[in-house]
Amino acid sequence: MEGMAIRLQGLRKSFGGTTAVDGVDLEIRDGEFFSMLGPSGSGKTTVLRLVAGFETPDRGRIELAGQEVTDLAPFERDVHTVFQDYALFPHMTVEQNVAYGLRIRRIPKAERLVRARKALAEVRLEGYGQRRPAQLSGGQRQRVALARALVGRPRVLLLDEPLGALDLKLREQMQVELKAIQREVGITFVFVTHDQEEALTMSDRIAVFDQGRVAQVGTPAEIYERPATPFVASFVGTSNLLEGEAAHRITGSAGTYNIRPEKIRVLKEAAEADEPGHATATGTVAEVVYLGDATRFLVDLDGGGRLTALQQNLETSSADVAAYRGTRVRLQWHRRHAVRLPS
Amino acid sequence: MTTDLPTAAGRGTVRRLAGTLHRRPRLRLALLLTAPLLWLAVLYLGSLAVLFVSAFWTTDSFTSQVVKVWSTDNFHALFTTPVFRQVVLRSVGVALAVTALCALIAFPVAFYTARVARPRWRPLLVVGILTPLWASYLVKVYAWRLILSEGGLADWMLAPFGLSGPGYGLPATVLTLTYLWLPYMILPIHTALEQLPAGLLDASADLGARPGRTFRSVVLPMVLPSVAAGSVFTFSLSLGDYITVQIVGGKTQLIGNLVYSNIELNLPMAAALGTVPVAVIVLYLLAIRRTGALNSL
Ligand SMILES: Nc1ncnc2c1ncn2[C@@H]1O[C@H](COP(=O)(O)OP(=O)(O)OP(=O)(O)O)[C@@H](O)[C@H]1O
Ligand SMILES: [Mg+2]
Repeated sequence: MEGMAIRLQGLRKSFGGTTAVDGVDLEIRDGEFFSMLGPSGSGKTTVLRLVAGFETPDRGRIELAGQEVTDLAPFERDVHTVFQDYALFPHMTVEQNVAYGLRIRRIPKAERLVRARKALAEVRLEGYGQRRPAQLSGGQRQRVALARALVGRPRVLLLDEPLGALDLKLREQMQVELKAIQREVGITFVFVTHDQEEALTMSDRIAVFDQGRVAQVGTPAEIYERPATPFVASFVGTSNLLEGEAAHRITGSAGTYNIRPEKIRVLKEAAEADEPGHATATGTVAEVVYLGDATRFLVDLDGGGRLTALQQNLETSSADVAAYRGTRVRLQWHRRHAVRLPS
Repeated sequence: MTTDLPTAAGRGTVRRLAGTLHRRPRLRLALLLTAPLLWLAVLYLGSLAVLFVSAFWTTDSFTSQVVKVWSTDNFHALFTTPVFRQVVLRSVGVALAVTALCALIAFPVAFYTARVARPRWRPLLVVGILTPLWASYLVKVYAWRLILSEGGLADWMLAPFGLSGPGYGLPATVLTLTYLWLPYMILPIHTALEQLPAGLLDASADLGARPGRTFRSVVLPMVLPSVAAGSVFTFSLSLGDYITVQIVGGKTQLIGNLVYSNIELNLPMAAALGTVPVAVIVLYLLAIRRTGALNSL
């Protein structure tokens, strides 16, 4: 079908006793920034390795741009990878590393150099071309790996936690840079991360992985606002589950509900509870955590259960915050923010 | 109680000493290395110096007594006598041929033991490669003498093809030396190949390289220093050998034989001949130092 960069059907892969990928179906569109989010060991890297061709699936089918590639070797697929452990060639300079793919494709030396330098500039490594990988810091190596995969402008770029070794500031810069490159060249990015914030801010769509399966696929807003399972709710953002008896009393029907902490307002216990469309519950503040820009309240509800609420520090400061511990409060949220999860 | 005091004090001294040593790595290194370095300097470099100096002496042609008179006659003879020149060239040629053969044979063997064979079997295979080193040198060389003898195993195996074995001579010497020193080449290459990260091969394929290309551009350059390291052994061991050539070499003469035959009659000449392999090996080491091989020794 047109418009699909990658299509995975019923993909399975096990190593000895462990099933790393357990029946994955995914469709990734052309030019999409697609993230795979999941805890350590959930099979993200294995899916990437299957797409790149380093592993062959036990079962299932892989299509790239409408062509079946399940049994093709890595060098026959128009896909480049940024490896989780960089995999830079230690016997080559940074520039030679970046130009390696171009050399394989017999691109003339002069053009190779120009393009390699440009790619190094894109990842903010001008002037490092003559160094060896061993003479770089972890973050710099990671950016060389990025440049090496980007320089050939493949149809699909697979990135395995490509920003994991960078400090926060550089990481944010590179996030912006990556997005810009991706939009500019229109490459399909498959971006593996276990940083949910990164996935939420950068992606067009996200697949959340859980134990070798895809728990949910959707836009960042869908994943965050409408988690499909308790696992997704707890892995993306802070989960705030309202279950059993407490759920029944507060919402009027049994089931498991998830409410994002920032949707809950913390009010004085005596405050009016009758805003239309809102649900409310009283409780005691068990813990207060000062976060700088916000404060997190852990509230033990009178009806059982515990909810976390996040409040912007509009007027409060750290000194006031501590005084809340042990006080009685009323929590309030709009009913539409209590998302019912399938049990 | 009274015995405690000296012990505590003693322990204190030891700790202080340990602390001092910890803070001064150079002092620690000096203490550690003084004895072995002295040994090396006096015995090894000393004997080399004696060798070199005595090469400038001469002998009384009647009594064969060493006369300690300075002259460069020996070196002059070395460079002008055709026989000497031939022998030196032949010896270097043999050493190079043995090294090249060892590298050619060792690479596929090491590739098999390090990357193809099942991980469980690898240590066993390495032991297998090492076992010949435990057998006596002479036994192995005489075994080759038997193999290469007329009507021996080599002849017998080649007979169906209408060929015969090489017999005793230069090729037999190269063959036997290759067999003898092969493990010294296989081991470093095996280690290098085993330590080659699989991710690099993936990365190369990912960027479009076919296996042959990956081999040339990634595997070979990364393993080359180890080949050079192995060649230091095969080259210098071959250059210094004079027993194998006596047993399977027929009439072939190498530097070692000349040194050996001159020791009784003309010690200074033997010394002058003896400096040749030392000089060649130093040159060889300087040449391959550029490959980084000496770092991986
Ligand atoms: N070559 C292998 N041999 C054996 N088990 C493997 C192999 N590769 C992966 N696994 C197992 O498969 C599972 C999934 O691994 P994978 O590397 O895909 O996880 P991941 O989601 O990338 O994790 P992380 O975020 O830590 O990188 C893990 O349990 C892992 O131990
Ligand atoms: Mg991974």
